Amino acid sequence: KSSKKADFVAMHRNMYDTDVTVFSPEGRLLQVEYAMESTKQGSACVGLRSENYVVIGALKRSVNEMSSHQKKLMEIDGHMGIAIAGLTADARSIAKWMRNECLNHKYVYGSAMPSKRLCEELADKHQRTTQTYVRRPYGVGLLVAAYDEATGPHLFQTCPSGNLYEFYATAIGARSQSAKTYLEKHFEGFPSTEKDDLIVHALKALSGCVTGDGELNKDNASIAIVGKDHKFQLIEGENVAVYLDKLEVDGGGTEGGGDGDAMEE
Amino acid sequence: LCSYGSMEKYKAPRRIRTVGDNCLIGASGEYSDFQSVMDTLEGMVQDDVNYDDGEKSDAKSIHSYLRAVMYQRRSKMNPLWNDIIIAGKDFLGYVDKIGTTYEDSFIATGFGSYLAIPILRSKWRPDLTEGEARALLEDCLRVLFYRDCRALNRIQIAKVQGDDDAVVSDPYELETNWSGFEATKGDMDGDGGW
Repeated sequence: KSSKKADFVAMHRNMYDTDVTVFSPEGRLLQVEYAMESTKQGSACVGLRSENYVVIGALKRSVNEMSSHQKKLMEIDGHMGIAIAGLTADARSIAKWMRNECLNHKYVYGSAMPSKRLCEELADKHQRTTQTYVRRPYGVGLLVAAYDEATGPHLFQTCPSGNLYEFYATAIGARSQSAKTYLEKHFEGFPSTEKDDLIVHALKALSGCVTGDGELNKDNASIAIVGKDHKFQLIEGENVAVYLDKLEVDGGGTEGGGDGDAMEE
Repeated sequence: LCSYGSMEKYKAPRRIRTVGDNCLIGASGEYSDFQSVMDTLEGMVQDDVNYDDGEKSDAKSIHSYLRAVMYQRRSKMNPLWNDIIIAGKDFLGYVDKIGTTYEDSFIATGFGSYLAIPILRSKWRPDLTEGEARALLEDCLRVLFYRDCRALNRIQIAKVQGDDDAVVSDPYELETNWSGFEATKGDMDGDGGW
């Protein structure tokens, strides 16, 4: 019986997945789901927050040994930054819009854009693309890290579907389940975690997302931190090597790394 | 006092108002433009409520917002004809019809900048008590009533201290003493002539 349903679904996928404005018989928007697949194909990003800081990290892919590593973390404003997984070009377009909104807010109101408001508008922007013929959803998932004077640190996730989630800690992208497992194990201690330890946690979570024979090093690891009295700061290259050394001292971060591939959703 | 040319048309208009519960706005100039500004600001406060995210517009951001509005209107050659004072917790700022802004420990508009500012410069101290501050303001307003022929002795005083306690008094009349002005009367000879 269940295989019959699967056959039905498989057969009908082709009929209902051409336009983003068409529902499938199960009430799904297949184009939106395909866009979410794009996010899952991007390399892993993690985010976690403490009482005063938010740390985001990403695994930077390089096409081959001769090429540079793809930038995954972007600053939006002094108090806000994003990690991207999926179509980089779509992410850059979104980042440009977010930067513009933050600057306009600063010009008019003389203060930093509240992160929740911007993310809600961003989520609505995503939704609009799922309800019109002439556009396609954004093929990228974002982790938005921000520190608001009034309400403290925030970590949001946006999806091509237009959904918005807020997290204490999360991960997206390829093999992110391993990172999520690590974060689930440790997140309750994060609020009181010191800044440097928070970064090490992020790297440990990321290290589980590397492909079997790869390793986390100063070229493919990327960290950023923002928080109370701490403007958005990118930590890469030699600066992140310092933290990677701490990882080795602590006995490496491959907890749950082995389970990563099998449990990828 | 809200004048209609040289006619004292409205003797107790609300020229100082609260925005939300944490900010005071006072304005000189065209009263209808002030009302329009207040409508916009009240809309802003309602937007904050609707967002429901714990953010509340403070005096500083309202000041910055008004600056942007006033300057844009002047650039379109259609100004809002007001000089506005914004007050909030740890903030006192000024915006005028052409978008000029400044912040200071004491601010005045209109005749006040000529008559009241010298008094305030001489008498203001950072550690004034509330009673002393009120008395100082009343003295300034009294002088303004004496010397500005388009002024009335009916005044309002408003206060804001924390995040939610902005309050404006009802209008009340200042006591005045005209005895010192006898000497300026000059020899009227019955006709007040030269």
